Parts: sequence; structure tokens; C-alpha cells
Amino acid sequence: MARYLLLRLADAIPTILLVLTLVFIAMRILPGDPALAALGDNALPEQIAEFRERMGLNVPLWQQYLNFMGGVFTLDLGSSLLKNTPVITLIAQNLPYTIELTLVAMAMGIVAGIPLGVIAATNRNKLPDNGVRVFSLIGYAIPDFYLGALLLITFSLNLGWFPINGAGEGFVDRLYHVFLPALTLAFVKAAFLGRLTRTSLLEVFGKDYIRTARAKGARENRVIYRHGLRNALLPITTGLGLSLLSTLSGSVAIELVFNRPGIGRLLISAIAERDYAVIQGGVLVFAMFVVLINLLMDLVYVVVDPRVKVQ
Amino acid sequence: MTTISEGISALPPAPGPFDTVRRILFRSPTVIAATVMIAIFVVVAALAPWLAPYDPLAQSMLKINKLPSWENWLGTDQFGRDVLSRMIYGARNSLLFGFISPVLAAIFGTLLGVVAGYFGGYTDRIISRVVDLLLAFPELLLAILIAAVLGGGFWNIIAVITVAFIPGFARVARAQTLSVKQEPYVEAAIAVGVRTPIIILRHIVPNIMAPIVALMTLWVASAIRLEASLSFLGIGTQAPNPSWGNIIRDGLNSLFGSPWPIIGAGAAITIVVLAFNLVGDAVRDALDPSTAR
Repeated sequence: MARYLLLRLADAIPTILLVLTLVFIAMRILPGDPALAALGDNALPEQIAEFRERMGLNVPLWQQYLNFMGGVFTLDLGSSLLKNTPVITLIAQNLPYTIELTLVAMAMGIVAGIPLGVIAATNRNKLPDNGVRVFSLIGYAIPDFYLGALLLITFSLNLGWFPINGAGEGFVDRLYHVFLPALTLAFVKAAFLGRLTRTSLLEVFGKDYIRTARAKGARENRVIYRHGLRNALLPITTGLGLSLLSTLSGSVAIELVFNRPGIGRLLISAIAERDYAVIQGGVLVFAMFVVLINLLMDLVYVVVDPRVKVQ
Repeated sequence: MTTISEGISALPPAPGPFDTVRRILFRSPTVIAATVMIAIFVVVAALAPWLAPYDPLAQSMLKINKLPSWENWLGTDQFGRDVLSRMIYGARNSLLFGFISPVLAAIFGTLLGVVAGYFGGYTDRIISRVVDLLLAFPELLLAILIAAVLGGGFWNIIAVITVAFIPGFARVARAQTLSVKQEPYVEAAIAVGVRTPIIILRHIVPNIMAPIVALMTLWVASAIRLEASLSFLGIGTQAPNPSWGNIIRDGLNSLFGSPWPIIGAGAAITIVVLAFNLVGDAVRDALDPSTAR
């Protein structure tokens, strides 16, 4: 186990370097001069020269690459053009809100989704199963920002039960502010996890040991939870990792709908303002999250299923 | 005594491509309903100039944020533009991106995957490493990150969605190529000295198409969702051009106006994505029986 963890961690290092390199390539080599993009087509040559010097774009490409890598590892990501704040400060200010939203949404999605899947699997092809099927078909089709907008219009604007924007202060107020945005993301999560739990449980229910458990007279609840759900956990774990990633990408639009601070909104407003350094910082944060969540998923596998071995 | 010719005629005729399509689309009432729904949206998109009651870009100071009425069935937005007309023209954008991007991604992704699978070695290692890495990203996040760098506009959105889908096709194509490569007819072709591009195009590609086509139909729905999300975020279809995503964006920007633009455009996205999901599942089950549940 310790060997596996070490190997997996060592394997993450080239992945992280590759991600950083791809971000660098995307930001420098793709069409469009960042100086022109930031300053507009009417910029004077002196302004462009000053911008390029300030952003470190006036040195050879290999040197830019080294500076970029060095900057990432010393957490120096340059500073925002418009706000004149270091990018790392902006990230530090916004990151907690995105993490808060993602975690609350995940928790709500798990609490709703897994029981839905159990109910559907134990009542196969009956009313509850069909209900869960319709729910997950809608959950797969409805865009999260649309669902968010509907909830916002109904519960915040018309009924006035929830705040329209912001993230709140203090524990209770923050939970109050995060409830509707998290519920929006959780709806899609629950649809996905419900269907996944149903499929994996039904697969496990066909196994010999379930028949044995029933034959020896184990109570149905024990068969479902102890023998069934426990063994269905591995595919569900994979699903949890995937759904953590999609919650993170969904949070971008949801932060915009509910006017909440967060990395997603930081990135989107930086794109609108053509704030080069902040765009680069936002892209980096999301890319690193993806690598870390994948790493975490691999580590969780070993805990959930000790049969997983290093290749 | 049965003769050989009788034995042959006892076999059912080989199904033609039309039979396959019919078998997929007429599987169940749900799939038929979904197909009809898609057909309606395609007709609406194609006939937009004749069906739309107003010019989707025409502004009017006199009718800002109006609720639905006989004149404007879905009301007007904050610039006094007719929401129904904008939605009808928006259908064009959604369907266009929905069809073009998966096809382009299938072409490039299959090419990459086949090259990696057929040649192996360092080519395979480099391609697979990058593909695996990109597969770790949810498509929406990958699309947002690429759009962050590229910006919006028609061709950029096509490029963004295509690139977001390429890794998925590349992985399927590579796995399929690895198994087809072992087939005797490929070894025979290599042995008689057929040139490599011909082997790939004549012997490999046609034999790996089924799962690629299945994936392509499944991703039409994802492409429509992606375009809507990007346009909602302001990095997709650019104002004033209508798209279901930016109609919702405009609706949210004038929240105290009429909620109908949001409700209408969102319902359109949901219905179309649902319909394509149902048809996509049916196509996948028909072409790739191993994944049928």
C-alpha cells in the first residue's frame, strides 16, 4: 500500500509538468497577441512594448518558459492589469467560495443520489424505479445554469426565501447563501449518482454471494447494505470522482447565475476584461484541481478495494 | 437431401444501412417521440427566416421587457427584441454546432487514435499520454479553458468543442485499432505489400466505425449543451447574434424584467438535449451491444 501511494505520487509529477507546459503553450502560441488583446487594436507601439516588458513577453520563448515554471513553483503568477493586485491574492480570496460550493453540492448530491439508486434497484421496473429513471433523464438534459436561474427566479425573486446574490458572512449566513447554488449542482449530481448506484447494485445483486446471503436467512436490509452496497462501492467511487470534477466545472456558470464570488467568476470576468495574467492563473487553478482530484481518486480506490494493485 | 443453395437461401438477407437506421429509430415509442422532436427543431431551424415573426436583431424602445402577448408570444427582452424570433434563429446555432463539432472531432480523433494504435512505439506513447491527460478533464471545463484563451465567435466555438471531444474519440479509435490490427486480413494486406495509408483507410477505419458513430450521436447532445453553456458564460456565440445560451444570459442580466426569455430558451435546450440523448442511447445500444443495459 505505501509502495503504491509513493509510485502514484511519483507518477503525478510528470503529469503536473505536462499540464503546466500545455497551459504555457496555450497561452503563448495560440493565435492572438496578448498585448493587442489586452490593449485593443488602437494601442500605441510604446504601450505595447511596455506591456510586453511588464508581462515578461519580450524575452525568448525558452526563457519565458523557465520564468513561467519558476513563477508557478514560487506562487508568483504576476499581477492583474486592472486591479493591480497579485494574481495569487485574487485566487486566495476566491478559492474558498468555489471549494465551499463544490463540497456542499457534492454532499447534497450524495445524500440524495445514493438512496435514490438503492430505491430504484430494490424496486426494479416498478413505480419508484421509473420515477428515478425520469428524474435522471431530466437531470442529464437540463443545463445547470438554466435550473439555477429557475430556482433563483422562484425562490429568491418571487418568494424571497433566499438571497439573490453574494456569499454571506459567518457560518450560518454562508450556508444560507450557498444553499440554492449547491442545490442546483446537487440535482444533476443526484441524477448521475442515482443511475450509477442503480446499475452497480443490480450487477452485484446477480452475484452468487447475494444468493448465498439470502439462502442463509440474512435479513433483506443486511443483504442490500452489507453485501450489496458495500460491493457496489467501487464503481460508485469512480462516479464520485467524475462527479466532483463536473461539479467543479458546473460551478463556473452557477457562480455567475447566483452572482457569487469564486474562481469561475474570476476567470470569466478576466476573459471579459482581457486580463491576461488572471486568465492564466484561473486556467492553472482549474487544471491543477483536475490533476489533484484524479490523484485523490486513485488513492481512494486502494482504500475502498484492497485488490487494486500497482501495474 | 438439402442442397447447398437451399442452405444459403435460408439465411436472412444481410441488413442494409437503411434497415439499421429503421431498427434504431423505431425501437420504442420514446425513441420515436424523440426523433419527431428533433425533426421539428431541424425544420424550425431550416425555415427560420419564414417562421420567425420578427427580425431577431430588431430593437424597439417601445416594447422593452414585455410579457407574452398575441404580438410577441414569448414577450420581448431588455432591448425590445422579440424573444420567440431570437429562439427560432438560436435553434440554427445550437443545431449547427451540435452536428458539426462531433463530426469534426470524430474525424480528427479517429485519425489520432488510429495512428497511435497502428504505429505503436513512441508515437503511441506521446499521443496516449496527452489524450489520457485531456480525458481527465470534464469536456465543459476543457472547453471553458480553451475558450478562455481563444475567445468566442463561430469558428472558435467549433474549434473549442471539437478539441474538447477529440480525446474521447482518440481513445476509442486506438483501442479498436489495436484489436483490428491483429486480424488476419490486415496481416495479409501487410504481407502482400499494400501501402500503409491504404491499409489504414481501406482495412482499419471501416472496421472501427461502429463505436465511433455511436459516440458521435451521443455527443450531439453534449455539443448542444456545451455551446449553450459557453454562450451563457459570454465566451460562445457573441451578442447580438441569438443563441439559446445567451438569451438566458440576457434574461439574467435584466432579472427584474420578464422571466419568459429564460424559461423559453432553457426549455428548448432541455428538450433538444433530452431528445438527442434518447436517440444517442438507442444508436449506442444498436451498434455496440456490449454496453447495452
